[in-house]
Amino acid sequence: MFMQAFLDIFDIYLLEAVINGILLGGVLALLALGLNLIFGVIDVTWICYAELVMIGMYAMYFMVQYYGISYFVAAPLTILLVAVLGAALHYLVIAPLLTAPPINQLLATGGVLFVLQSFATVTFGIDFRNLGIRLPVLAFGDMNFSYARLLSFLAALVGMVAVYLFMTRTFTGTAIRAISQDRQIMALMGVDTQRIYLITSAIGGGLAGLAACLLALQYDVHPFVGLSFGPITFLICVLGGLGNFIGGFIAAFVFAEIISLGGLFSDLEWGYVLAFAFFIVMMFIRPAGLLARRR
Amino acid sequence: MMGQGRLAAWGIGLAVLVALPFVYRDPYHLHILVLILIWSFAYTSWSMMGRFGLVSLGHGGFMGIGAYVTALLWNHLGWSPWIGIPIGMVAAGALALIVGYPCFRFRITGHYFVLVTLALSGIVLQVITATRDYTGGSLGYTPNRASTNKLLALQFDDKITWYLIALGVWLFGIVVWHWVDRSMARYALEAISEDEDAAAAAGVDVTAEKLKITLLSAVMTALAGAVYCQYQMFITPDTVSGIAVSLQMVFAAIVGGLFVSLGPTVGAVITILLAETLRIGFGTKAVGWDNLVYGVLLVLFIIFLPKGILGSVLDRLKPQRKVPRAHEQEAVQIARPGT
Repeated sequence: MFMQAFLDIFDIYLLEAVINGILLGGVLALLALGLNLIFGVIDVTWICYAELVMIGMYAMYFMVQYYGISYFVAAPLTILLVAVLGAALHYLVIAPLLTAPPINQLLATGGVLFVLQSFATVTFGIDFRNLGIRLPVLAFGDMNFSYARLLSFLAALVGMVAVYLFMTRTFTGTAIRAISQDRQIMALMGVDTQRIYLITSAIGGGLAGLAACLLALQYDVHPFVGLSFGPITFLICVLGGLGNFIGGFIAAFVFAEIISLGGLFSDLEWGYVLAFAFFIVMMFIRPAGLLARRR
Repeated sequence: MMGQGRLAAWGIGLAVLVALPFVYRDPYHLHILVLILIWSFAYTSWSMMGRFGLVSLGHGGFMGIGAYVTALLWNHLGWSPWIGIPIGMVAAGALALIVGYPCFRFRITGHYFVLVTLALSGIVLQVITATRDYTGGSLGYTPNRASTNKLLALQFDDKITWYLIALGVWLFGIVVWHWVDRSMARYALEAISEDEDAAAAAGVDVTAEKLKITLLSAVMTALAGAVYCQYQMFITPDTVSGIAVSLQMVFAAIVGGLFVSLGPTVGAVITILLAETLRIGFGTKAVGWDNLVYGVLLVLFIIFLPKGILGSVLDRLKPQRKVPRAHEQEAVQIARPGT
């Protein structure tokens, strides 16, 4: 009798963790999509990607909390701001290094990571800040879900579908996909590669901005917040295969489930440790990504 | 012969460095010197891999393991750092093999390698934070003060002893760097960094060569972490492990110059002096400013001076140097003299 009751509770918690994992996966997939897009098209890894998200979260904080702008007005402005930042990052740092070895580009964005992090420290201080929006908790049976997470999940899905439509239905999107297949030949076909790179960087930045709007609902913002989800985003992209959108999507949910379920049995950090360990094991089994065929 | 003059210069330089603390005793300046020497050793360890195109962001992890294993064994089991440091080094080496083997065996290079090693420093940071009951988590950890035998506990109160220890460790790093520089492994690794397939076809065991240098680099970085811990007597996950520390290593090595033996040392001198100057000049207002300057410099260096300060100066001094090896030439593409 007692055992049965224990199992019931356990199952509810398990289900709750599984669903929370899916909700978390939505935002992670959105983050991975932006990074994958940039990697797939420009062949550059933005180590500072999570720091762009952090700047976006600060933008949300200041607009909503400080200037009292409505959340739904502030969100598009933030997306626009981070998109401009993404384009500027490409124009100022990546473009001069396009012909340099890839590792130099990666390290230069590492420098940008330092710059953004310390810019935030210097300008905003190291206090934890939040939007002050408290969204209700949805009770569904015996399970509790945060409304913010559900909203983020839906918005992330909408964002991803929008990018998918843009990539498949518009001329520019087609050009972007073509460039990701062959960088050299597209210039010969009369495509202005610099312009496409700039647009791609802006879209990547925009996705970071969208993620910032959603993460700002759930987490406090501080200058080092990028370090808490930056590494996991890179792992997702590598696990899915760099530049592979579908692989990244699947890997995001796999990781989110591991973190969520790991967090259920122990502390949240152990969820992360489990996810990292899983990643290293997967490197043995599928070094080129989940969906890659083994050579 | 040129070699003898060089050796003499090294000898004189070393004699001056050894004599320094007995003549000049300002504790603050000695403290800065010790820090520079310890970090120089860590950066040199990193550059042993980095110079062959194996850019690792996992060295923060190795350093953290060296520091925490030593401190934990001392506090919880009472094992002297004389045993703890080797154990920490072995642990870091084992981890390097576990992560390195699949990477090299399955030809994970470039971006992939950087991101996998990034994951490694992430794991070490999270494990240290998660096991807060033993490691103190993000609040940091202090090795217990030894009451009786200072030598056994490797805890010294005077700066001069520490200065000499750090000098010895640093010199060891430079000697190992030169040893690698003169070995056959260096040629094998240079061939690998230029073209893995061609190197393999020429009979180079790519996986084994890469594993050897990774192991060496990781073990030395762990030693740096342990020495840092014994000197500072306080470590936090953020100061000895994690991505920020790894990036800091990359940054200093690149600023100083990757391809010359004293490059990382020059990088350490520049970065630490910069941080200290800003700290003294601006006080608590300087929080963050040093990293802001670091970041801007890192970006500028990679765009305009990828061979680093010392590397570029040495190039300038020797105009008709031998043709740069291809992988170095690649890195100087933008800063080629005359363009």
